[in-house]
Amino acid sequence: MRELLELLEKDHTLTVAQLAVMLDKPQEEIAALIKQYETDKTIVKYQTIVNWEKAGADRVTAIIEVRITPQREVGFDAIAERIYRFPEVRSLYLMSGAYDLLVIVEAKTLKDAAQFVSTKLSTIEGVIGTTTHFMLKQYKEAGVILEDEEEDRRLVVSP
Amino acid sequence: MTTWADRVSPTVKAIPPSGIRRFFDIVAETKGVVSLGVGEPDFVTPWHIRESCVYGLQQGYTAYTSNYGLLELREEIVKNCVASYGVTYDPRKEALVTVGVSEALDLAMRAILSPGDEVLVPEPCYVSYKACVALAGGVPVTVPTKMADCFRVTVAQLEELVTPRTKALLIGYPNNPTGAIMSKAELEAIAAFALKHDLIVISDEIYASLTYDGTHTCFAALPGMRDRTILLNGFSKAYAMTGWRIGYALSNADFIGAMTKIHQYTMLCAPITAQVAAIEALRHGQCNMLRMVEEYNRRRRLMVDGFKTIGLDCFEPKGAFYIFPSIKQTGLSSLAFAEELLKAEKVALVPGDAFGESGEGFVRCSYASSTANLTEALTRINRFVKKYI
Ligand SMILES: Cc1ncc(COP(=O)(O)O)c(C=O)c1O
Repeated sequence: MRELLELLEKDHTLTVAQLAVMLDKPQEEIAALIKQYETDKTIVKYQTIVNWEKAGADRVTAIIEVRITPQREVGFDAIAERIYRFPEVRSLYLMSGAYDLLVIVEAKTLKDAAQFVSTKLSTIEGVIGTTTHFMLKQYKEAGVILEDEEEDRRLVVSP
Repeated sequence: MTTWADRVSPTVKAIPPSGIRRFFDIVAETKGVVSLGVGEPDFVTPWHIRESCVYGLQQGYTAYTSNYGLLELREEIVKNCVASYGVTYDPRKEALVTVGVSEALDLAMRAILSPGDEVLVPEPCYVSYKACVALAGGVPVTVPTKMADCFRVTVAQLEELVTPRTKALLIGYPNNPTGAIMSKAELEAIAAFALKHDLIVISDEIYASLTYDGTHTCFAALPGMRDRTILLNGFSKAYAMTGWRIGYALSNADFIGAMTKIHQYTMLCAPITAQVAAIEALRHGQCNMLRMVEEYNRRRRLMVDGFKTIGLDCFEPKGAFYIFPSIKQTGLSSLAFAEELLKAEKVALVPGDAFGESGEGFVRCSYASSTANLTEALTRINRFVKKYI
């Protein structure tokens, strides 16, 4: 059910009771649907978006373009797996265009990130080259604007 | 000695002060209020609409437009009307872009009324209706609707109040404050009544897109009603554009011509910035609008369920973004309920009598607010009501 998934994607703290009312469905049905989505991994995970800068934590994010030679039988997937298993890798995408994989790496310092690229990533067999970009500022994450200055400017009572 | 106040026009003096205004002053002094009193969307205007206005300004859209409004906008308005309801107008002579439905309503009244003409106005209703009739020299004749009738106006009620002086009927469905809608069959009965008594019908359909049960019936689309109807609609609610001040009127060329005559001398034209944005809204705003409607509908269900749990009698609203529960069981008047609730729980809502006498015994709660706010407000109202029932 598209609407249920959209609601949970935006706010997974909504209770089954609230969801049932809002979607005009019995609670049992909603509970069963959620269970099913969780089991078949349609719902992969419930996560929280943190503004780490605000939390005062040191973090750097590197966006790395990776060019690789695809391998017989497994294509890009085998190399992709060797890369995404590293906990430093936050996201990984197969791309069309000038490079093949887009890797987003999170590390404590610039040095750590650079180290990861030079010692772990570029040494993987099949990796032909990498281009690393460091992220300077995060404005929006997963559809959410981090420092949204738009506020409710309405009068408290109006006709 | 005569005071300045004595010199204010008696017509203006005779208009009662707005009940909402009075309550607003009380609320404004209270801090930390959860407000269900807001009659406008909590969404900000979708970005693509705002962006189109910025681009328009950069391109130098800063001048007056034709009195009727930009032809391009009138064409989009008519196209939209044809697509939604199958009723068409000549964009050159039968469409007028106004400064909100508010202005369109005022123009309609001034264009058709002579002193003493009566206008049937079903109640509870939007706060401007009766005032606009009176300011145009007309006499508003209120038709109280009842919760038992789902706040719909019936021909039987209208027949009782129609007189030889009745010139028009002013309806607004989906309704502010009740959330009531009227079905096609019910509106057809009203149309037959209008025909029988040769009345003009002013139909304020500003909440048309916010209909949650079935589809909206446009009064002007009913057989024989196009020329008899002054159809009012706008962008405030459907596209979350209240502050832009833009709306429109559609009718026969004579009525639109008369309204334009007043508009050209009193307003000249609607703001060009808003007209540019309105074109974008009509061309590309459908998807965003439907998302907002879905969201309102979910909140509507939350509110209906909430009031049921609280134990207040409540009619299930089918349109707009208001719910209008009865608070008669508490023994309080609407105003006392609203004031006590504000004092005890810091929840603001609007006393029903602000929408006419027949709104007494009810309160209007707007669900144009986040789910979290609504849930919090319901908890507080529940705690408050438990002290009385
Ligand atoms: C029923 C109704 N008509 C008209 C208006 C005024 O709309 P606009 O912003 O287009 O002037 C409102 C606003 O609350 C309304 O509720």
